[in-house]
Amino acid sequence: MSMGMKQPFEKVVEQHGGTVLRVCRVLLGVHDAQDAWSETFLAAMRAYPDLPDDANTEAWLVTIAHRKAIDVLRARKRQPAPVGDVPDGPNGLGIPGAEDGDLWQAVKALPDKQRQAVAYHYVAGLAYAEIAGILGGTTDAARRAAADGIKNLRKNYPGATTEGAPA
Amino acid sequence: MNISPDYFASPADPGTLSRLRHRLGLAAEAEGLLDVAYTTIDSPLGTLLLAATPKGLVRVAYDVEDHDRVLGTLAQRISPRVLRAPQRLDAAARELDEYFSRQRRVFDLPLDMSLSKGFRQLVQRHLPEIGYGQTRTYRQVAELVGSPQAVRAVGTACATNPLPVIVPCHRVLRADGTPGGYVGGPGAKQALLSLEAAAGSPGPFRG
Repeated sequence: MSMGMKQPFEKVVEQHGGTVLRVCRVLLGVHDAQDAWSETFLAAMRAYPDLPDDANTEAWLVTIAHRKAIDVLRARKRQPAPVGDVPDGPNGLGIPGAEDGDLWQAVKALPDKQRQAVAYHYVAGLAYAEIAGILGGTTDAARRAAADGIKNLRKNYPGATTEGAPA
Repeated sequence: MNISPDYFASPADPGTLSRLRHRLGLAAEAEGLLDVAYTTIDSPLGTLLLAATPKGLVRVAYDVEDHDRVLGTLAQRISPRVLRAPQRLDAAARELDEYFSRQRRVFDLPLDMSLSKGFRQLVQRHLPEIGYGQTRTYRQVAELVGSPQAVRAVGTACATNPLPVIVPCHRVLRADGTPGGYVGGPGAKQALLSLEAAAGSPGPFRG
């Protein structure tokens, strides 16, 4: 592919659609993730012709997803949950297996910044400097938020252990 | 660290993603963002790529042209807002299907000729005047467009036709009656000529 040539947007969806879906799921849970995915890619398609050719496409998409997820979270706060803290339901997460449900509960319980840092580093694979660009704050703060997030996940979800660590 | 993206994957992802991508195509169309929609169809000449702008069908491409390369060129020359969105190509797909099953002799589709400029586009606009089952030589086409000296340029115009089959460059032959070059390969050109010849002289029906 020659310099200055932008690939068809279809390729962007093909290459990054799965990652963005997982990021949205970590940020919002399964139900709202699909709407956030749709809004992210529609906004990305609108802006795509102006994206610099040397931009990191995945970081750009995650930045858009970050903003869309914040919109969803704000809308949620304006509309109080109907009855207490309603879980997404036994199969609402779309993932079979009870232990996965535990993981989602642990993710949901994280403070926003930690959940975002975990999503952008461990799911999207972004560098901490890129995450700092999205979250605001320093690279160190982004690294710390991701580390704290993982620590909290481990505490609340025993499946998330380091390889080779004692059970 | 053992928290990996796999933790957040789901076996349902492929189905979910294909549904989301379909929905994205519809939303992009509704928002006026779908600058180029494309699909692929099966034909007796192999898989054909069909692409359309909001103005009309802009590209038909044979397998041998390398569909990925063709899409890359469309992204560069028209717009990078390119999505697989078959809905916009429904009519083209149907008419091609009818053509290949000898139930259609004339295509009735809006065309976007913007990939060709100047003399090439002029020639391509005139090619549909060569009726189904008929043929002309490159020289006759040069005369038809009022530039009898431009035989080679007519050859180039046919060779760079972005809408093969629909714009019937396959009906233009060399003066000695041999098929001459073709974007889909000489076999494809011969197959189209045989298909139209086998359908006999033009009948009263149009599609």
